[in-house]
Amino acid sequence: MKLDDGIKNRIRALSNRKELPDKTPYTCISVNNIISISGNSGISCREIEIASLEEEIIPERYVRNMKSFSATDQATLLKSRITIVGLGGLGGVVTEILARMGIGILNLVDGDVFEESNLNRQFLCRENLISTLKADAAEKRIKEINSSVTVWIHSEYLNEENAEGIIGDSDAVIDCLDSLTGRFVLERASKKVGRRLVSAAVAGSYGHITTIFPEDPGLKFIYGDPENAPNKGAETSLGALSHCVSLTAALECSEAIKILLKRGSLLRNKLLVVDLNDNSFETMQLI
Amino acid sequence: MSKKAFITLKLFATLGKFTPDSADNYPVEPGTSVRDLIAWLKIPEEKAKLIFIDGVKGELDSTLNGGERIGIFPPVGGG
Repeated sequence: MKLDDGIKNRIRALSNRKELPDKTPYTCISVNNIISISGNSGISCREIEIASLEEEIIPERYVRNMKSFSATDQATLLKSRITIVGLGGLGGVVTEILARMGIGILNLVDGDVFEESNLNRQFLCRENLISTLKADAAEKRIKEINSSVTVWIHSEYLNEENAEGIIGDSDAVIDCLDSLTGRFVLERASKKVGRRLVSAAVAGSYGHITTIFPEDPGLKFIYGDPENAPNKGAETSLGALSHCVSLTAALECSEAIKILLKRGSLLRNKLLVVDLNDNSFETMQLI
Repeated sequence: MSKKAFITLKLFATLGKFTPDSADNYPVEPGTSVRDLIAWLKIPEEKAKLIFIDGVKGELDSTLNGGERIGIFPPVGGG
């Protein structure tokens, strides 16, 4: 997107020269100045941040990313759209991380409300939010973290009818669901609309994660044929522990960011298996 | 029946309770199938959803000759 020179001049005028702890110099702009330019111009904070990055002026909120991501990389993340399906244990942490990373559009899907049993692991769940919509809590949380993120919420469950429309133009889709049936619905839709899917599941201290391209065999290599797969797995007896859920969710974010930036190796046709009981992390070949 | 081959066995999640004492050096008859192994360990076959042999996906009919690392998983779907 092209912003007029007046906006770019304003960004430059409000920028500061600073140094990282290792003395690397950089030019940055503060959150408050981005919000101020946005307020005065009517242009979204996201567009102001992208324009700033195009001038090699780093929004201060992303400065700790800059040794790993170039200004162009950070702008790519801000231009990206990720759909998060399920806003429970995995989805709450994924939402938190991706908002902080500056993924520009977060498209969130969950028709559920919070229950007390969610409090042990679901970062979006709070005592005063029991019985309220998870999607509403996610939107509020993202806005508190990063006003440059555009949030779209779907307070409904994903199903065969709505799935393709909801995930449509996403650059990546993240499966944070809690049922095998739902996961297969999401995978079918992702394949149909040609989107890349990151899928993870947890039970107790155990978690696994994979990345599925539309042409890959995907979940049937993990769960067997969808017609014969149960709706729920080992989590019905083991529950899910917060530290394992959070770790697995963080691994999903890592995969999603590599998809967006087209770098690093993905868990494609592989399953990363984590068992925190014996600290084992092993990447298995699915084909 | 002589069992002269040995495998390393890791049973994940809810299958952990079926882990034998000698899982790190578990005796099997060469040529035994994963299906036979699962039956021997009294694991319900429908719970052994995902099988890895030396880090590569295997099947119930895969045979073991000794020296392999076997990982067996139930379906896991929590989020």
